[in-house]
Parts: sequence; C-alpha cells; structure tokens
Amino acid sequence: MRKLLSRFRYHLVVFFAVLGPGFITAVVDNDSGGIFTYSAAGARFGYLPLWTLLPITIVLIITQEMCSRMGAVTGKGLSDLIREEFGLRITFLLMGVLVLANMTNVMAEFAGVASSLELFHISRYISVPLAAMAVWFVVVKGNYQSVEKIFLFACVFYVTYVISGFLVKPDWKEAAINSVKPVLMLEPGYIYMLIGMVGTTIAPWMQFYLQAAVVEKGITAKEYKQSRVEVVVGCIMTSVIAFFIIVACAGAIYAVRPRDIQDASEAALGLKPFGEYAFLLFSAGLFNASIFAACILPLSTAYSVCEGLGFEAGVNKRMKEAPIFYGLYTLLIAVGAGVILIPKFPLVQMILLSQVLNGILLPFVLIFMVLLINKHDLMGEWTNSRAANLVSWVTVVVMIGLTLALVGITVRGMH
Amino acid sequence: MPVVDLKGRRIGRVKDAAIVPLVHASRIDRLLVGGADTWLAIRFDQVHSISLSKGIELSDEVLVPYHDDEYMLRIGRDLLDQQIIDVTGRKVVRVNDITMGITHDGARDILTVLEVDIGVRSIFRRVLQGVIPATWIRRLQRRIPPNSISWEFANVVEPDPLRRLRLNISYTKLEEMHPADLADIVEELGPAEREAIFETIDSEAAADALSEVENPKMQASILESLEPEKAADIVEEMSPDEAADILSELEEETSEEILDEMDSAPKTEVRELLEFRDDTAGGMMNTEYVSLHDQATVSDAMSALKGNEDLLDGLNTLFLVDAEERLTAVIPLARLFVTSGNALLQDLASETLIQVSVDEKQDRVTEIFDKYNLLTLPVVDEDGKLAGVITADDIISVLRQK
Repeated sequence: MRKLLSRFRYHLVVFFAVLGPGFITAVVDNDSGGIFTYSAAGARFGYLPLWTLLPITIVLIITQEMCSRMGAVTGKGLSDLIREEFGLRITFLLMGVLVLANMTNVMAEFAGVASSLELFHISRYISVPLAAMAVWFVVVKGNYQSVEKIFLFACVFYVTYVISGFLVKPDWKEAAINSVKPVLMLEPGYIYMLIGMVGTTIAPWMQFYLQAAVVEKGITAKEYKQSRVEVVVGCIMTSVIAFFIIVACAGAIYAVRPRDIQDASEAALGLKPFGEYAFLLFSAGLFNASIFAACILPLSTAYSVCEGLGFEAGVNKRMKEAPIFYGLYTLLIAVGAGVILIPKFPLVQMILLSQVLNGILLPFVLIFMVLLINKHDLMGEWTNSRAANLVSWVTVVVMIGLTLALVGITVRGMH
Repeated sequence: MPVVDLKGRRIGRVKDAAIVPLVHASRIDRLLVGGADTWLAIRFDQVHSISLSKGIELSDEVLVPYHDDEYMLRIGRDLLDQQIIDVTGRKVVRVNDITMGITHDGARDILTVLEVDIGVRSIFRRVLQGVIPATWIRRLQRRIPPNSISWEFANVVEPDPLRRLRLNISYTKLEEMHPADLADIVEELGPAEREAIFETIDSEAAADALSEVENPKMQASILESLEPEKAADIVEEMSPDEAADILSELEEETSEEILDEMDSAPKTEVRELLEFRDDTAGGMMNTEYVSLHDQATVSDAMSALKGNEDLLDGLNTLFLVDAEERLTAVIPLARLFVTSGNALLQDLASETLIQVSVDEKQDRVTEIFDKYNLLTLPVVDEDGKLAGVITADDIISVLRQK
C-alpha cells in the first residue's frame, strides 16, 4: 500500500512537472472567437448543441496528443520537422499563410479585449494600448518558466464561466440529456452552427504552439505518459468550460427568447437580468480569454516561423540573440492592436478572412502531422499504431471536410 | 542541371550529389542523376566538364545505378534543411543553401563544397527559384548580405553511431569549445542528437559540458541515454558535488548502474554526498579542498598545493584541522605570498572561523555568504570534522535557479 502511495506520488510530481503546454494550448482554444461561437450556439439553440462537445473533445485530444508526442520524442518543433522532411519552399509558404492567419486572429483577440472592457466603460483607446504593452512585456522580459506560470494562472480564471453558468440557474436536466443525445436538424442555421463549433476546434497555430512548448519545456519521451494525461485533462477542461458557456447563454438568453447575437459582449449583456455577478464574471472571463490568446498567438507565430526558417527563437533568448523572433512578435502585437484603434476598420471581414486562411492551412498541417508521426527514423518506437492511424486519418478527413465547409459558408457570406 | 554523355546525348538531370567523407572531406564524389526510372550514380572521375550554361559532360560510358549507401552524405537529403553545428559561431544553425566551387585539375572539373549558407539571402533564392528568372534573383540577392559558414567549420549531427562512423563524422572540434558554449549547443538539439555528441566526445569535455547544461532534468536524461560505462566515465570527471547532484536526479536503478561502473575513489565520495538532501549545506558542498594539520608551515602548504594541481583553478582558501580532523582555522590563500616560508599557518588565519554544519538549510547558507562576503564556506559534520566546502559559484547557481 505504501509502495502504491509513493508510486502515485511520484506520478503526481511528474504530472505537475510536465503541466503546462497541453493544458495551456487546450484552454486557449476558448479564445474570444471560441467564446463567441459557443455563446451564439447557446443563445440561438439552447441546450441542443451540447452533444457536439463530446466529439470536439475527442478530436482535440487526438490531434493534441500527436503534437505533444512528436515534441517529446524528437525534441523538435513542428515547423522544424516540416522543414526537415518537406523542404524549404513548402515551409515558407506554410509560414506565410500562418503569419497572415494569426495576424488576423490577433486582431480578433484585441477586439475581444476592447469589447469586454467597454462593458466596464473603459475606452478602447486606453484599454487596447495598455493591453498590448502588457502582453509585450510579459514575454519579452520574462523567461519560459515565468511566462508559463502566468499562463497557467490565466487558465484558472476560466472558472468565471463555470460560476456564471451556475448563477443563471439553467435547466440542468435538459443540459444533461442534450449532452449525450445528438440532435440533427436540417435547418441551415443549425448546420452552420455545428460546422462552426467543430470547425473552429482545431486551429493550425495550436499544433505549432503545443509542440514548441513541449520542446522548450524539455519534456522527454520518458515523461511522455504524464504529458499525455496532461493533454487529455486540458482538453476535457476546455470542453467543460465550453459547456458552461453554452449553458449560461441557453439559460439566460435562449430561455427568455432565442435569438442571434452579434458578439460575445452581447452575450454578457444578456446575462445581466440574472444578476450583476453573472454579467461581471462572464465579461471578466471574456477579457481574460482575449488577452491570454493575444499573448500566445504572436508568441506561437514567432516561434513557428523562426524554427521553420532557421532563425534563433525562444523566450529564454535575449533580444539581441533572436532579433527576428522578437521583431515578428512585436510586429504582430503592434499591428493586431493598432488596427482596433482605426475607426471603420473592416474587422469582421478580417476575422472571416482569418477563418478562411486557417481553413486553407489546416489540411496541410494535419496531413503533415500524420505523415511525420509515422516516420520511423523520427519517432522510433513511438510511431502511431495501426489503430491510432485509422483514428487519426478519420479525424483528419472529418476535420478537413468540416473546415472546408466552414470556409465555403464564410466565403459565400462575404459577398 | 542536365547531364550529357560522350556522344552528346542527354541522359537526365542531377537529382542530388553526395560526398564520401571517408575518401575526401569536401569533394563531391558522386552525382546522382535521375533518368527514366532509376537513378544513376556518376563518380567524380567520370565527369569531363561542368558549366552552368551547358550542364555536365561525361567522360565515361559505364554508369552504375544508384543504390542507397551509408558511406554517402547526400547534399539534398542529409544536409539541406537540416541542423548543423557552426563550430566558429558556436551555435546550431539550419542549412538554407550550399555554395560549391568548380576547380579544374587538368583532366576534369571537380565540384567541392565550400560554404554552408544560413542567412535570409539563401532562403530567398530557394523559395523563388523557378518562379522568377534566375537573373532577377541574382540581382535582388545582391542587396542582401550573405551569411554563411565555411564547410570545414560545419559539423553535421548524425544520431546513428554506425552511420556516423561510415560518414567519418567526429566531434573533436567541439571538444575545444568552451564547455558553456557546447552546453548551449547541446540544449538546442533534439535528444537523439544530444546523445550522439555525448557518446562521441571525450569524457572530460563531456563532463565539463554536462555540468554547464542548465536544466537538471536535461542533464539527467542525457546521462540516462548513454551506456552506463560511458556515463560513469563522464561522472568520474565531474566534481563530486555536481556528480551527486545529477545522479540524485536519476531514478535509483539507473544511478546505481552508473555508480557500479565508477572507480572506487570517486564512487565513495559521490555516494557520501548523495546521502545529503539537496537543499542543505551537505547537498551543496563539494569535497575538493586542501586541508593541512594545524602545526603546518607556509612551505608545507606550498608543497601541498603542488600535490593538488588539478584543484588550483578554483582554490582560494586553505583549511587547518587538528588531530581529530576537526576544523580549527581558515587561511586565505593570498596571505601565503606575503609571509616567509617557515611561518606557522595558524598565525595567518582569519580572525573568526565561520562554518556551517552539513544539515544547515540552503537559504541560511546563502544568507551567511552574503553577510560575511565569503568566497568559500567550510562545512563540518556533527563531530566538527571538515566534510566539504561550499563555494560562491554554488551559491550563484542556487540563486539563479530561483
């Protein structure tokens, strides 16, 4: 018994030692765009969309697991591996699209910062520049360990959604039933929403960020078991948060009158009749999620590009050692935050564009991932098993299908 | 580049080129030509002339099909886009392009690898090649400063030991680097490449570099990946306190395996140090010090120093112990130089004897260093016997890790 206990303690210690990359990546998946998607789903369709969270979790786990495994075994980032196995030109093109897609994503995050703080009557001309500077300083002045601690702390703040979910007193029985009972309706709005929810689950940047973070943290193949647990726990946490966002909007908005909402701050306002706290927590959560993603996206982009093209990278390096890394990081923040301050900037079009770009990028990234993880000289005994390969390919094909469908709808909507 | 045979017939395009490092370190020994279905390998002495405009003209008819061969280092497959170590710049870089030169030795044109390009300029060329005309690329390229390293200072990293042997890749150039630089390089690489380097370089350089690797987890995983004998050789070369620190990071089974392979003298020292907890004075101290009996003279001290030459680099204090090996005095080394040879050492002693016991807490130890402005602090066991010393560099590492 004592031996069992000490074994358990050993695993727990290692778990906390590897805690970070998988958890953070999964949680950041609920960025301002994610929160909007879930809020909109809950406001319009109530508890019906809850069943999609289960497949979303599985898809997330399958893709994240592959990246963290590749990082732990090879000690190299995803763009490193793509460069080594598929050559410079493909890497360059991929990185070009990634920078564009992520730049528009960063804009969306700063827009989230602006709109969440406007709920507290803080002008965006104050909030956005301050947020941008804070984000910049955290990473430039920090090192990997301190940055990771701040990020993990930000993860804790997502609990605000859980509390606000409880505060609106939703119909728990209905929520429980719909979580496991798939409902398909041939209504265009409903199908669009489903595609949106699943389609935005995996973004290309996440794969790059996760693998780079696993490498920088120095997780080895030996600790990989715990690392996998971390990834799974992170993905489940993410879906739990999504669950509460949907439930909060279902209980507060759908239950009163089902309607379409235009952005996530509108969802927060919808919670107001259920008490000031529900509203405050939901808005604070939105701010936290936006600024958190605004930290990670530029960082992840700078990492991927510098790795892939062979420039020095890493938050542990000084600015002089890695000029392109820090330059790109700064540029992304400056542009991302800057455009929010331009009056009449076509932000909505930009966000749609980022969805299209992500959709173009994702098939390549996912296919490369599965090809890489099956290379014996890279992965040794850690290649995918046949069953895992089947699951991975099915996931990849489904995700590509859904993402392309999303792109199709988006492009049609743009005209 | 097209390849033309004796009669002027075009037989295909060059797909890749290979060096056979065992034969020649930089000469392109084989050109791999892709024809209809199989690739042909052309030896360097079958080439007549090479020119950018006309391609490659051969001087021999008999060509053999290419088969993958472990003695070849292929430029396109094994070098381009891969990571190499830049020995002069002391960092890991990614190969963006290769510069080759054509020389004529009377009978034939010979290609040699001159430089490895790592800058933006070569990225530019490779991305745009075939998209816009070559002359345009060259014109635009001139505006970007080149960034390249000479081939002789480029070190290829090859994880597979057999292939490393056949490709004649050695890491002796790395042994001359400063250990801290080598550690930085090692930290940049993947686990397989890391292992390759530590397996190959001599134990002393490996020990120095391993002590400089910052992340204790990485130190441990490097030792774990090596054969126990090699790991033991490296650990023996380390100072006992650092060796104990790293071994304590390993799983007990692995560290026992390594200890078993070690020589008995360093083994007992390391084993003793392993007994102490990391965050106590005992865990921080090392056992590399010079002590003399309390009646010793300056000339005794001088001869003791001559017998301990390997300790001289970091030494700044001598210790006096009585017949029971209890610490009685601390002598700053520099005082020896201003005293005559027959003076008693105890007359040179510092006024107050500052010491800590082996189980003193780490925080308290750093406090004492700060308070008394120490370079060296003796550590004594429960009987007052000198057990080891803590030096300022140990304190700096502790503070940096916080």
